[in-house]
Amino acid sequence: MSLILDHVSYTYSVGSGYEVKALNDVNLKIEDGEFIGIIGHTGSGKSTLVQHLNGLIQATSGTIYYNGADIYDKDYDRKELRTQVGMVFQYPEHQLFETTVFEDVKYGPKNQGLDDKQATLRAFEALQKVKFPEENYDASPFELSGGQKRRAAIAGVIAMKPAVLILDEPTAGLDPKGRDEILGLIREMHDKSGITIILVSHSMEDVANYVDRIIVMEKGAPLFDGAPREVFANYKKLEEIGLAAPQVTYLMHDLYDQGYPVDPQATTVEEAKQEILRVFGNR
Amino acid sequence: MLKDITLGQYYPVDSVVHRLDPRVKLFGTLMYVICLFVADHVAGFALMTVVLATVIFLSKVPFSYMVRGLKAIVLLLVIAGAFNLFLTPGEAAFTLWKISVSWAGIKSALLMVFRMTYLIIGTSIMTLTTTPNQLTDGLEKSLRLLNYIHVPVHEIAMMMSIALRFIPILIEETDKIMKAQMARGADFEKKGLVNKAKAMVPLLVPLFVSAFRRANDLALAMEARCYHGGEGRTKMKPLHYRRIDAVAYVAILFVFAASIAVAILY
Amino acid sequence: MGIIEAKDLVHEYYRRDEEGNVESIETAVDHVNLSVQPGQFISILGHNGSGKSTLAKHINALLLPTEGTLLVDGKDTSVEANELSIRKNAGMVFQNPDNQIIASVVEEDVGFGPENIGVPTEEIWTRVEKALKSVGMWEYRTHSPNRLSGGQKQRVAIAGVMAMEPKCIILDEPTAMLDPDGRKEVIKTAHELNRTKGVTIILITHYMEEVVDSDYVYVMEKGSVVMKGTPREIFSQVDALKQYRLDVPQVTLLADELRKAGMDIPAGILTREELLEALCH
Repeated sequence: MSLILDHVSYTYSVGSGYEVKALNDVNLKIEDGEFIGIIGHTGSGKSTLVQHLNGLIQATSGTIYYNGADIYDKDYDRKELRTQVGMVFQYPEHQLFETTVFEDVKYGPKNQGLDDKQATLRAFEALQKVKFPEENYDASPFELSGGQKRRAAIAGVIAMKPAVLILDEPTAGLDPKGRDEILGLIREMHDKSGITIILVSHSMEDVANYVDRIIVMEKGAPLFDGAPREVFANYKKLEEIGLAAPQVTYLMHDLYDQGYPVDPQATTVEEAKQEILRVFGNR
Repeated sequence: MLKDITLGQYYPVDSVVHRLDPRVKLFGTLMYVICLFVADHVAGFALMTVVLATVIFLSKVPFSYMVRGLKAIVLLLVIAGAFNLFLTPGEAAFTLWKISVSWAGIKSALLMVFRMTYLIIGTSIMTLTTTPNQLTDGLEKSLRLLNYIHVPVHEIAMMMSIALRFIPILIEETDKIMKAQMARGADFEKKGLVNKAKAMVPLLVPLFVSAFRRANDLALAMEARCYHGGEGRTKMKPLHYRRIDAVAYVAILFVFAASIAVAILY
Repeated sequence: MGIIEAKDLVHEYYRRDEEGNVESIETAVDHVNLSVQPGQFISILGHNGSGKSTLAKHINALLLPTEGTLLVDGKDTSVEANELSIRKNAGMVFQNPDNQIIASVVEEDVGFGPENIGVPTEEIWTRVEKALKSVGMWEYRTHSPNRLSGGQKQRVAIAGVMAMEPKCIILDEPTAMLDPDGRKEVIKTAHELNRTKGVTIILITHYMEEVVDSDYVYVMEKGSVVMKGTPREIFSQVDALKQYRLDVPQVTLLADELRKAGMDIPAGILTREELLEALCH
């Protein structure tokens, strides 16, 4: 059970004179149950990459295998793929349209062909998962606060029970409080139900605390791929391409360079604290 | 696919047509439309073709770019053409199954398709070569007289210019919402009119909501920048006629006269 | 006297039912006092719904106080005759870069403000040139705003305000919708205008790392100012900041944790150089 990208390339506006190569020979393997962060600045190809995973964009060359089957095969049911690989777009609250939150969340399950009763159950379950306040189930989605709208929109995708959930900048435009809540929620979903999560972001610090694996996209291809501490070890290169490693990484490297025997690969405040106390503790 | 709609989008190159005063272009477009409806003979068609080809050549906008804008209305053309073809009575030219097609029908269908195609291409040359702001200024000045009968000319012109500015943004937004709903299992290729209409609800509601939100934001931003209607406003790019504009006026009137002459002669 | 003086400023939103009866009253700004001196760089921090944006809209006379007074450059915002001159003197940049650009060409958009206040044509051009150069967007003057990045669009919006030659600029969450590059770009531009042109800046944000270089910081919560001081004074109260759910920069957080664990580190660490210095002294 996995997603495999095999030499995937994608070019925008083929034949129009101003072609843009958005993806350039990408090879990736994503296993079941992984929690992955895809990082890159605007235009690095990260959004294009994830839209390939559920078939919304078709590669110009190369192919993608989902659970062993070629998704570009003539007989492959790509509508089914989209429900297996769920996708939460940037500012997902802009897609809400029904008269109540509950009806809106039911939209996806109904499109899957479930009857009203099953769809209701799914919607209920999904809204519980995103900790949406029960008293607002029947509220109009347009009257909610920003954070609640986003939860409702995320529930609309997870109600389809995808095996893989992709979130494109799920915290964009939220304040720190809203951001922590949404990221916490995503982690909880991952830990409890073992769903594969792919988080697209341009913020290293957001992602470092949550994911197990980071893929750094640059010019349409993965530049680094590994555990956060391995990726952040390349902090100088990251800075060159306009992405900063977490502040802590810089500090630990500075200390290490000055001859203190700290582990420079600490990436979170907690890890850094333990390291500094270990080395400087006796002062 | 939605990005292919070129209607009304400014194409930034430097050409004679781009440099013309927008009032000239507005007047020219008006005359062109009249000529199109006066023309009902091959000679008239030929004249308009030459005029259109010359203007397209002078505008330096690639022809393929203009034609892309036509794709959106092909269906409309086919329907309008078919109506004329089958529903015009007259001497039968040939019979398909039980429906007979008259010579008059063929003629009026051809005329219809020709006029609509030329109309779209011709008018889009104006918007392709004129920035929305120039267009607004041109309209405002040309229609100044209407101010005396209390038509809010400045406000109407401003609304038009803002609408044009937001067309590409809303197109992009439509594309995004479509993808988001497809990811939730929406099917925009359903068969049947009722199903199609139903499938559009999840697309149109968010689009309207977003358009209203943007309108609200924009009104606030305009107010914050001291916008208070046309009163006491100055212009960054005031309109002044130049020699080339006079030449263009003469050329337009010449074409107009020629097309009337052609219509009378044939 | 300061360029902006708010005295016991209160703003209430009335929610009405269908018949127009008042259903509930929400106090968005609650007795706020504020004094900004010309040339200062002020930041107002707070998360969504803290009332910071409502406050900002008062400075531009887009909203009027329910109670209390607000003077901008000595003029009372609640006097209607002052409206245009206040808006001219206190320009405003909003959150969404797309929804505040009016024209389809960069230079025409920058000229929009001067046109509205009746600046003669030739002067509009010199102002537009000056404004675009001051934000580093001069070479994009004939571009369409749709092709620009988020950070560039915000710089055009700032230029649009600069062309009105304001004494003060209010930036209402100008970076909330931008990527890290764009955020840096905008904050850098604001500081440059403050330094080189002496424009008073009021930056409204929820990102703490953006306020580090301000002269003075206000923290808002539920419509009131709950903390105020220099960035160092504010950053030394990590527990209070956490309580208001603000995003304390990693270095400040780490320094605070180490201090609590008994290490000898001063409070209010702002940068990693400072922490390094404190550790290695």
